[in-house]
Amino acid sequence: MALAETVRTPQLYLQGLSRWRPIEIAFWLATLLPYWLAPDYLSLASQIAITALFALSLDLILGYAGIVSLGHAAFFGIGAYTAGLLSKYGWGEPLTGLAAAAFTAAIVGYATSFIIARFRHLALIMLTMGFGLLLGELANSAGWLTGGVDGLQGIHTWNLLGYFHFDLYGYTAYGYSLAVLFLLFLGARRLIHSPFGLALRGIRENWTRMPAIGAASRTHIQMIYTISAALAGIAGALLSETTQTVSLDSLSFERSAELLVMLVLGGAGRLYGGLVGAAIFMVARDQFSGIEPQYWYFWIGVLLVVVVVFMPNGVLGGLAKLYARWRGR
Amino acid sequence: MTPALSTRGLAKSFGSLIVARDIELSLPQGARYALIGPNGAGKTTLINLMTGMLAPNAGQIFLGEDDITALEPQERVRRGLARTFQINTLFPGLNALEAVTLAVAERRGIAQQFWQNVATYKETIEEAHDILVKLRLGDSCYQTTRELPYGRQRLLEIALALATKPKVLLLDEPAAGVPPEESGDIFEAVASLSGDLTLLFIEHDMHVVFRFASHIIVLVGGGIYAEGSPAEIAANPGVREVYLGTRKHG
Amino acid sequence: MLPPVFGVLFDGFAYGMLLFLLSVGQSVTLGMMNFINLAHCAFAMLGGYVTVTLANRYGWPFFATLPAAFIATALTSVVFERLLYRRLYRATDLDQVLLTIGITFISVAVAAYIFTTQQQPLQLPQYLRGSIEILGLRLAIYRLVLIALSLIITGVLVAALDYTRFGAQVRAAVDNERMARGIGIDVDRTFAITFALGSGLAGLGGALAIEIVGLDPSFAFTYLVYVLIVVAVGGLGSIGGSFAAAAVLGISDIAGKYYVPQLGAFLIYLVMISLLMWRPAGLFGRR
Repeated sequence: MALAETVRTPQLYLQGLSRWRPIEIAFWLATLLPYWLAPDYLSLASQIAITALFALSLDLILGYAGIVSLGHAAFFGIGAYTAGLLSKYGWGEPLTGLAAAAFTAAIVGYATSFIIARFRHLALIMLTMGFGLLLGELANSAGWLTGGVDGLQGIHTWNLLGYFHFDLYGYTAYGYSLAVLFLLFLGARRLIHSPFGLALRGIRENWTRMPAIGAASRTHIQMIYTISAALAGIAGALLSETTQTVSLDSLSFERSAELLVMLVLGGAGRLYGGLVGAAIFMVARDQFSGIEPQYWYFWIGVLLVVVVVFMPNGVLGGLAKLYARWRGR
Repeated sequence: MTPALSTRGLAKSFGSLIVARDIELSLPQGARYALIGPNGAGKTTLINLMTGMLAPNAGQIFLGEDDITALEPQERVRRGLARTFQINTLFPGLNALEAVTLAVAERRGIAQQFWQNVATYKETIEEAHDILVKLRLGDSCYQTTRELPYGRQRLLEIALALATKPKVLLLDEPAAGVPPEESGDIFEAVASLSGDLTLLFIEHDMHVVFRFASHIIVLVGGGIYAEGSPAEIAANPGVREVYLGTRKHG
Repeated sequence: MLPPVFGVLFDGFAYGMLLFLLSVGQSVTLGMMNFINLAHCAFAMLGGYVTVTLANRYGWPFFATLPAAFIATALTSVVFERLLYRRLYRATDLDQVLLTIGITFISVAVAAYIFTTQQQPLQLPQYLRGSIEILGLRLAIYRLVLIALSLIITGVLVAALDYTRFGAQVRAAVDNERMARGIGIDVDRTFAITFALGSGLAGLGGALAIEIVGLDPSFAFTYLVYVLIVVAVGGLGSIGGSFAAAAVLGISDIAGKYYVPQLGAFLIYLVMISLLMWRPAGLFGRR
């Protein structure tokens, strides 16, 4: 151990755990590259940013609090439909649309959190799946509101900040999505390094020990679940605003399951895992979009098996291990 | 004076299996009580009942004057009743400092604060660090829990419980599984605990029991078989009989 | 003359029996080792495809394909258990979910590749077609046979569980795994055998399902949801619970589709959520 270690105080040590690493700064600078390197792909880039935000929201409950949810798309869909309906009925201002979506998704999240916080293991997985499926069925039946299978029509997003127009090329869309992602990421990062973040990790690391140290785990879970729902809702709203469509698959089980795959691929519990996983997954899907759906699912299946057996902490976990080995620890 | 912890008629059964029968115990403040008994006697079950991890079929539990029978486990901890686990129940991925800081933060009620970096909570961190230093864990406090040697992990178990500033501490075999060279550390730590703290510890090693306990409770088949001073218990022929079949190490 | 509601009840019960066969294995293995196997219905699907291949390509009589479906699926599950599942008994829920979903994706893709995504045709033998009339109700012979077969299998399972030594080991392992190991029961072996039997039953269920709900690669996911509902509602590790839950679910689903088609699957999900909230360990579960 280096000599400097013996001089550090506990406070400084904890502070050191949360400082910005150069690779993080490089990562965020790299997100600006598409404007120069791949200007034809800005629409895809904005989709990736949106999905990354969605994955981040799942990471907060899965990677940090240990809640396995197979129904997180419910909040994504609620956000998407909220913003979409607002726009359809005359109010297409994007930022307030985000706020409305966050608010609605948060309320539903808060309400369901009372139930979610009381269960673990299979019952929890089933409940999250059940809620997602239930909402999907509701959305399907309420065609008069949601547009049913055809999706919501008549969305028109106003100019961002009164100036930036949402064009077909995605310049505004990408900048908008990326900015929202970055700001919310900063918030999530602060949260993770706060006492609350420590409590969440405690829940994930040992559910049984938490009450024994006087922790009200249920309240913690309710809080993070609500926050996560709000973030997922914002991601959904971003989708509806930038693509000016909303359809039933924004709430589907497939979307929830795919999100889980992306997060696990990147590595849960590292904040960046969802972002990396979303990027890899969606670029791959775009590149292989020509092939038959069943081949796509075959490779996803293989990927899942490989990740679980050989790389349980995802890409980032694997990289972290390699890095540690390289540094000769 | 009101006992620090007492139970009245505490009973628990699983179908026809009775794990606690009509337990009446009373720990005066500052007590150093040992709970002994053969395997399967129900010692850990009793701790689980007292801490709220298991709901009794009958009976009451009092912390001081307050009836805590209906309270949830975390509420009991907040009122001052803490315990350690026989099998390490720690946070494997957190380092020791983080773990104890978390416990202190929960006690101070700041664990829901999500905007400030945990490093800015100076007093909380210092308190956590002090506890670790007192238990001779100061130099390994930056190590991840799962990397700590087993003996240090057992000490961390105690640190987590102490972080809640308990009035009553229930220790479930604090030195279980620890090699003899290291168990001395643990008992020194226990011995150094404040005289205001009321202690009840489950232990199998009779040397330890006779060294640290001022009063011994013998649990057999879910019920209190005998209790008294170490001398009384040592002289009790029934106790020796009950232990003859199960004592493997002296 | 019985009113048509009895016809609906009959069909619903038959469907429930099918769900029972598909779910009972999952319920017992989950109850024993807490291992979440979402590939369970992929095994069922395998049984279906074995039957179809043997009957259509090799001309086997229908009843002969059923034990083949059972055995083929049981053997396949043993292979998976040895190679992959064994490593994950102590893993997190998430890892188990992901691994088994991955296996399901792979099997769906393989099935689509070999058999295409079309529904598989199946010719039932003459004596199983048609229906008989009882008290004014037309009851399909196939469904009657399905119910009879399921009841026989249930009886055999319950008898085996209560009267054989292996059954006692299974019950002990489900009740308290640690204790069971402590008294010398080879829980891993018990689990492996139970798992094989459960998967075999699922395969049999898949074979029998062809005539009722058809067979195509999406079977593995569509019925997974129903199986999970039966298992969660019925209670882990409980044969009786699975039976009851499957019957209720089967009848509710058929009745729902018959009387209130616009509600769709909404009702089933609502019932499941409500039941789970009331009894998180299932109606008859222990954990």
